[in-house]
Amino acid sequence: MIAIMEDAGFILGSYVVTFAVIGGFVWRAISSGRKLGKQIPDDDKYWT
Amino acid sequence: MSTWRVGWLIARKDLRIEWRSRVITNQVLPFAFVTMVIFGIALDANTDVLELVAPGLVWLATMFSLLLLVQRAFSVEADDGALDAMRVAGVDARGIFLGKAIGLVVQLLVLEVLLLCAAMVLYGETIRLDGVVLLVTTMVSATCGLAAVGTLYGGLAAGSKGRETLLPLLTLPAVAPVLIGATRAVESALGTGVAELSEGWQWVSLLTVFAVVFGVGGALAFGPLIDE
Amino acid sequence: MTTLDPKPTDTPSDGGTVTPSRSTGTNATRVIGIAAAVAMAWLVLFALVISPADVNQGESVRLLYIHVPTIWVAYLSFVVTAVASGIYLFTKKHSLGWDRLAGASAEFGVAFVGLTLIVGSLWGRLTWGVFWQWDARLTTTALLFVAYIGYLAVRRLGGSHQQRAKRSAVVGLLSVLLIPLVHWSVVIWRSLHQTASIANTEGDIKMDGTMLFTLFVGVVAFSLLYVWLVMHRTRAMAMEDMLEDRGLDVALAERRAEGAGR
Repeated sequence: MIAIMEDAGFILGSYVVTFAVIGGFVWRAISSGRKLGKQIPDDDKYWT
Repeated sequence: MSTWRVGWLIARKDLRIEWRSRVITNQVLPFAFVTMVIFGIALDANTDVLELVAPGLVWLATMFSLLLLVQRAFSVEADDGALDAMRVAGVDARGIFLGKAIGLVVQLLVLEVLLLCAAMVLYGETIRLDGVVLLVTTMVSATCGLAAVGTLYGGLAAGSKGRETLLPLLTLPAVAPVLIGATRAVESALGTGVAELSEGWQWVSLLTVFAVVFGVGGALAFGPLIDE
Repeated sequence: MTTLDPKPTDTPSDGGTVTPSRSTGTNATRVIGIAAAVAMAWLVLFALVISPADVNQGESVRLLYIHVPTIWVAYLSFVVTAVASGIYLFTKKHSLGWDRLAGASAEFGVAFVGLTLIVGSLWGRLTWGVFWQWDARLTTTALLFVAYIGYLAVRRLGGSHQQRAKRSAVVGLLSVLLIPLVHWSVVIWRSLHQTASIANTEGDIKMDGTMLFTLFVGVVAFSLLYVWLVMHRTRAMAMEDMLEDRGLDVALAERRAEGAGR
C-alpha cells in the first residue's frame, strides 16, 4: 500500500529522521535523569 | 571620568600599541591582501566575474580581518589581566566598550580603504565620483556595526579557553546583515552590475540601525559580560 | 562508578527498605509524556494514512505535517530562551532556574530548526525542484540555526554558573534582536535583485478539513513533546549544576584539609 505513494522515499525518510532525532532526545532525557538522580539526594530535587 | 573620556583614552592607548607593535602592517594587512589574491584564484582570475563580486569580496576580507583584530585587541588586555584590573579600579565598562570599539573602527577603516585599492588594482574595479558620498557613508556605518559586534563578542570570549574557535561562530552569523547591506550599498556606489545609485541609501539605513542596536546593546551588556 | 553500593546519602533510610532514587520524572511529566506519545501516534496515522494527497502538491504535502510543527516549536523555544534570559538578567535575584530554562529551550530549538531545514529542503526538492531558495525565510532560518549553535557553545565556555548565565543571557537576547535584522536585510536584498526563481509555485495548498486538522494535531503533539523535553532537561541541568558545586566543595574541603595537616 505504501509503495503506491509517490516520493515515498523522501516522505518516509523525513518521518524516520524526525522521529529518530526525537527518540534520541527522549532517550537522553530519561537516561540522564535516572543517572543523575542516583547521585543527588531526593531532598535537593525541587520538583519532588 | 566620563564614559566618553574613558573611551577616548582606551582607544588612543590601543591605537598606540598597534602603531608600535606593527602587527597590523606586518600580519593583518598581508593576510587581508592574500585573501583578496586567493579569491581571485578561486574565481579563476576571471576579471568579469571579479569586478561584479568585488564589493562582496572586500567585505568578506574585512570580516575575516575583523576576527584577527578583535582577538588581538583582547589578547592585549587578557594576557596581563588588564581587563580585570580596569574593572577592579572601577573603570566604567561602557567606556571600555566604547574605547575598544573606536580603536577597531579606526583600524578597520584603514584596512577597508586599502582593500578597496587592492580591488581596483587586482579586480579592475573603478570608483565613480557621484558615488563617493554613498561609499564613505556606507563604510563608516558598516564599520561601526562590525566593531560593535566584534567588541561585544570579543570581550565575551576573552580569557576563556576555546575563544579562537568561538569568536567566528558567534560573530559571522551576527554580522550577516552587515555583509548583505554593505555589499549591496557598495555595489550601488561603484555601479557594479545593474545596481542603481539610489538603491544604496536604504541599505545605509539598515546599517545604521544595526550599528545603533549593537552599539547600545553592547555598551549596556559589556559590564555584566566581563565581570567575574 | 558502580551503582551497586550507593553512598549512604543517596538512599533515604526509612525503615531499611531501599527506595529507588527519583529521576526527573513526576506525575505532571508522565501525563504530558503520555499525551505527547498519543498525539504523535495520531499525527502519524493522520499524516501518512488518513489525510488525502494535495491537489497541487501531491503526496509531498505530507511533509508539511512535520515541517510546520517543527518550525513552530523552534521559534517557540527561541522566544522562551529570550524571555527566560531577560527574566534572569533583569530581576534582582538572578535565579539560575531561568538560565537553565533558557539553555534547555535553546538545545531543543537548535534540534528542531535542524529538522525543519532537513525536511523543508526535501519538501522544496519535491515542490520547487530545488533543495534551497535564497528567500528571506530560508536564509533567516539558516542563520538562526548557526547563531543558536553559537549560543550553546557560549554556555559551555566554563566559569561559574552565574558567569555562564550572564554571558548566555546576553547572547540569547542579542540573538533574538538579530532575527528581525536578518529578515529585514534579506527581504530588501531579494526584492531588489529578483532572480528568476526556478519554480514559482509557492506551494499553494487548498487546505481541506482533514489537512487542517492533521496540522493542528501536529502542532499540539510537538508542543507537548517540547514541554516534556524541557521539563526533563531543566531538571537534569539542575542536578548537573548541583554535582559540579558538590565536586567543587569536595575539592575545597580537601584543599583545606591539606592546609590544616601541614
